[in-house]
Amino acid sequence: MSVKIETRKLNFFYGAHQALFDNDLAIESGKITAIIGPSGCGKSTHLRIYNRIFEMYRGQRTTGEVLLDGQNILDPHVDVLELRRRVGMIFQKPTPFPMSVFDNVAYPLRLHFKVGRRELAERVEQALRGASLWDDVKDKLHTSGLALSGGQQQRLCIARAIAAEPEVLLMDEPTSAIDPVATLRIEELMASLRGRYTIVIVTHNMQQAARISDVTAFFYKGHIVEVDETKKIFTNPSCKQTEDYITGRFS
Amino acid sequence: MEVHLNKAIEQLGNMLAQVASKAEGAVLGAVSAAAHASVKSARDIIAGDRAIDEAEVAIEEECLKILALHQPVASDLRRVITVLKVNGEIERVGDLAVNIAERVEDIAAHQAQATRPLDFAVMVDKACLMLRHALDALAYGDANLAESVIDSDEEVDQLHRDMYSQVRQAMLDCPELASYYLNGLTISRCLERIADIATNIAEDVVYMESGRIVRHLHEGEKHVH
Repeated sequence: MSVKIETRKLNFFYGAHQALFDNDLAIESGKITAIIGPSGCGKSTHLRIYNRIFEMYRGQRTTGEVLLDGQNILDPHVDVLELRRRVGMIFQKPTPFPMSVFDNVAYPLRLHFKVGRRELAERVEQALRGASLWDDVKDKLHTSGLALSGGQQQRLCIARAIAAEPEVLLMDEPTSAIDPVATLRIEELMASLRGRYTIVIVTHNMQQAARISDVTAFFYKGHIVEVDETKKIFTNPSCKQTEDYITGRFS
Repeated sequence: MEVHLNKAIEQLGNMLAQVASKAEGAVLGAVSAAAHASVKSARDIIAGDRAIDEAEVAIEEECLKILALHQPVASDLRRVITVLKVNGEIERVGDLAVNIAERVEDIAAHQAQATRPLDFAVMVDKACLMLRHALDALAYGDANLAESVIDSDEEVDQLHRDMYSQVRQAMLDCPELASYYLNGLTISRCLERIADIATNIAEDVVYMESGRIVRHLHEGEKHVH
């Protein structure tokens, strides 16, 4: 097993409130890891540490280590812009920039790489194909990204994320705001990205976690209760708390 | 949602218990019909198998409905899958009762001449007790009871081997009653199969309780505890 991200004794505080407790978790390279747990269990908080998006909140504090390929990304000397290129993020609500489809995907290319006009067009197409969106938008590349449907907007955000050539994709409930058909397309897209990218997804939809992930981690009250292969978690979990949560008997 | 799922699973258990009771009754009735040469009882048992077949379909439909509507996971998933499998096994028990009942007419025709009538009392008691214990283990999620059923299988296998020796000798002594004794051997074979089915159900219960598939393991490896 090749580990892409490893958290060691990771604690997180919002002011005086501790949200994560000694989280030790190894995220396998090229796999899809799902994080599940009830609302407020710290799963999104945990995810948002991987690319230091959490730093946008006031009064937060983190202790412990988050190693990306062995390098502690919590180190203040880490280049956060480069970190966020390597660790892309997809949010619950699609967040296209108020610009054309083309410019949405070209944005990270212009930001991170020096590319000529022709190469830019090629790489935008490549990213849109990678996000299974090319056929839908090839004739409307210069219309606003905001004019696309919800599912298309989310795939546009995935295209924008993969255009930056990341190594890790973080997905925070990426399908909770879109319909079941669009959800299926995103899940198919995730399956096609498996192996090329390390994907970590936070989801409230346990069937989705069961369908698409290789490994599942169950969080409860800021603690990691159980991490195992998804098929084991959903057929025969080791911890009673996990069993009670996934079978809906949680109290 | 979990309340609905619990109710549905509970109802599934009741449906299975009812059909299992019918199947066990059919086996006991078929063996009794053979012992008493009661052709009428045998015919009733053959006719009664239709109800077991219909119950099998109803239970399977219920399982499929639960899988589609509730998408159960973990212990709930293992229970529904176990019921689905055990349901098929119970239907096989019903078929074996019919196989026994179908021999009764021929047995009745020759029973009076048989100097050494075959006695299935011990075998049917043991096979049906195994079946009952396996189903109790399923109903109560009792892996220990399931393991004791698995351990008992060899006793019924031995009784079948004894019956084979007895039939072989009786056929040498009275070749004119070969048909009677061969039918008796068939009944013995059916009872041995019922004990095997009880063992299969017990193995499914071990899976349901522990998540371990023990079907193809050696005897000593099948125990959870």
